[in-house]
Amino acid sequence: MANFYTDNPALKLHLTHPMMEKIVELKERNFADADKFDYAPQNFADAMDSYDKVLEIVGEICGDIIAENAEDVDHNGPRVENGRVVYAEGTKKNLDACRKAGLMGMAMPRRLGGLNFPITPYIMAADIVSRADAGFENLWGLQDCAETVYEFASEEQKQKYIPRVCAGETMSMDLTEPDAGSDLQSVMLKASQKEDGSWVLNGVKRFITNGDSDIHLVLARSEEGSKDGRGLSMFIYDKRNGGVTVRRIENKMGIKGSPTCELVYKDAPCELVGSTRLGLIKYVMALMNGARLGIAAQSVGLSEAAYREALAYAKDRMQFGKAIIEFPAVAEILSVMKAKLDASRTLLYACSRFVDMYKIYDDIAKERKLDPEEKAEQKYFSKLADAFTPLAKGMTSEFCNQNTYDCIQIHGGSGFMKDYTCERLYRDARITSIYEGTTQLQVVAAIRHVTTGTYLNFMKEQEAMAVNAEDEETKSILVMMSQQYAAAVEAVTGIKDQKYLDFMARRLVEMAGHTVMGYLLLADAQRDEEVRRSLRVYVKYGQAEVAKHADFIANFRPEQIESYLY
Amino acid sequence: MSLNIIVLAKQVPDTRNVGKDAMKEDGTINRAVLPAIFNPEDLNALEQALKLKEMYPGTKVTLLTMGPGRAAEIVREGLYRGADDGIVLSDRAFAGSDTLATSYALSAAVRKIGDFDLIIGGRQAIDGDTAQVGPQVAEKLGLPQVTYAEDIISAEDGKITVKRRIESGVETVKAPMPLVVTVNGSAAPCRPRNAKALQKFKYAAAASELGADDPRKEMIAKRPYLAIGEWSAMDVEADLSQCGLAGSPTKVKTIENVVFTAKEARNIGNNDAELEELIKELIANHTIG
Repeated sequence: MANFYTDNPALKLHLTHPMMEKIVELKERNFADADKFDYAPQNFADAMDSYDKVLEIVGEICGDIIAENAEDVDHNGPRVENGRVVYAEGTKKNLDACRKAGLMGMAMPRRLGGLNFPITPYIMAADIVSRADAGFENLWGLQDCAETVYEFASEEQKQKYIPRVCAGETMSMDLTEPDAGSDLQSVMLKASQKEDGSWVLNGVKRFITNGDSDIHLVLARSEEGSKDGRGLSMFIYDKRNGGVTVRRIENKMGIKGSPTCELVYKDAPCELVGSTRLGLIKYVMALMNGARLGIAAQSVGLSEAAYREALAYAKDRMQFGKAIIEFPAVAEILSVMKAKLDASRTLLYACSRFVDMYKIYDDIAKERKLDPEEKAEQKYFSKLADAFTPLAKGMTSEFCNQNTYDCIQIHGGSGFMKDYTCERLYRDARITSIYEGTTQLQVVAAIRHVTTGTYLNFMKEQEAMAVNAEDEETKSILVMMSQQYAAAVEAVTGIKDQKYLDFMARRLVEMAGHTVMGYLLLADAQRDEEVRRSLRVYVKYGQAEVAKHADFIANFRPEQIESYLY
Repeated sequence: MSLNIIVLAKQVPDTRNVGKDAMKEDGTINRAVLPAIFNPEDLNALEQALKLKEMYPGTKVTLLTMGPGRAAEIVREGLYRGADDGIVLSDRAFAGSDTLATSYALSAAVRKIGDFDLIIGGRQAIDGDTAQVGPQVAEKLGLPQVTYAEDIISAEDGKITVKRRIESGVETVKAPMPLVVTVNGSAAPCRPRNAKALQKFKYAAAASELGADDPRKEMIAKRPYLAIGEWSAMDVEADLSQCGLAGSPTKVKTIENVVFTAKEARNIGNNDAELEELIKELIANHTIG
């Protein structure tokens, strides 16, 4: 009887962001599908109403089915039988519900069987699913791979595979190998072309999420003798053709319902996607960006679950004759958890809107030439998406780890027992700051935008925002934070030493993150009074964090780095 | 082989989470504070119909509900989950119907629909808990009935195979079609609303729901499948003396709040002799008669 969408007003706040009107109009090409498909929207209000109602379905399935099955799935998990994965019973039920509800291929165009939803409501569904069961989000969220098929595969391949995804077939992205984790340039899986022009795959992949999926995107070495990323291409492997078996699945700390597979390819027939040699440098990069946004959504969903568990327990648990939430030490933990949750969520949706804008323009550009104004917007949002994706993935996943840690802390000794949900959340959260690129790699991707000023420019744009009188003080703190950030960036880059920049990068990216999230919360508070509390708590927290980093940088002499390096 | 299936469904007040203001002082249900929902066991019934639709392509599922105009909500809910069509049986003449008058009106509507292989309904509604309407519809139409169904296994060659949940276990029976099946709450839960179907049918409405300048009118004019059929007593050629209060022998005398102080139950053997014994006993102690 729970609905994870309607019980959470924060979601609607982000769904109704003023930028949505433009996103929807562009996405729907001024509602050109209205008379072609009986389920297409007639206008902006109609589209928004559809997103709202479909998210209500998501919320209901998550509250009534997926969350209910989560504990059982965590305990029983999937298994391997004769080289095939058998999902846990709860996972099967979850997938069945999502298929029947038509929640697969949500962002795919209607002509290929999808709902043609923008990324933003799709990511919102991912946020809701993750609150119910973060492990299941992996299986459901891998529909993201269809986006890569849509962007880069041939029309014939799109027609062949995307409708199957929309009908409920699952996907996987087969990238990692025993010796190629963060360093995907080292991928060795061999793709060889036969005389008739067709391709086969041979070798081993490891740590493949949902590796027994119906449709795989595979990164493989097509150029014999090559050693780097430019010898890699992307392929589609269709399970119906056979040739890939699951050797084992990993016994993981968390997200236990999501099978992590070791795959063996033996002359597995496959199809080339796009051009050879572009596998890693173009297609996987695009695939990863989508996946990173998905992990940010997973992190936010987990943070939400952790905050709710902690809040409910703190209200319920009596000690010294009163509920523990009445003690300032406990209340502070909860308030900071909520602030981090709200900050994570606003960053997630800002990012998803930027991704929406540039991706829709990219898609329109395939149909017609963009005018100069549109081109400028495409470039502007593409850059913001590129800057915000690693920032969102990095910050939200770290916050979700902190929130699940604090959730256990609120539970005290009981939280350490297997009896409460908080221990599963804690285990599930741990992977978010590791996979699809560790936080350290997100910093590597984000630091470009520190040095080139993308974040600082964004902060300066936000400074122009008119705010309520009661937010003036908060805004002035944010202005100060951005000045401290700018000064720190100058101090670090002034040294002109790459190693020193690498060493300080995480501090700079975090300073940018706290300030950017502060500004986004400030904007939210102008639309919704409820956000003000989190805004104030978060800016207090961010101010101290930024000052801490500024202090570290100001008091650090470059030669002191020697004490840290091995 | 495709089937024509009629699903009987009722909009009921949600009595599952009753607060202290759920009953009015006069002992009747305070419908204003209880949300109107799809009767839970009717959802189980709908799921059986939708499962048959998957098993036998071309099968048509029509939802039939009796109630005021807003009962069209039930039809929309059914359309969102995969039903093909729906009819609201709505007339002031039906107001105050007990189970007998309800089954009379429903059977008249079923006759008007005409072509069907199977009528499926929930075992009982959570507002009245009588479990009488399904069986009465069968009687009025002269059809066989299978009650307490948990799973319809197949419906082929004019025969239906049904697993029933009975007190002492499970039995599987075969019956000729057409017939009436009532479905137990232990059957599979209904599938969720479907995103495409919801977007397709969200503007569907019965005529009486539409105000003078309702924006849905334009959509419905363009897309006839959005018009939810609404039948009156006259449309189904019902005899008014058998409808509503006039056709309802049940008269509510008083309603009392009863708090059980003890639990008592007795099993009666499934044979005429023991049933007769019980009836005699109940007459003797003035429980009935």
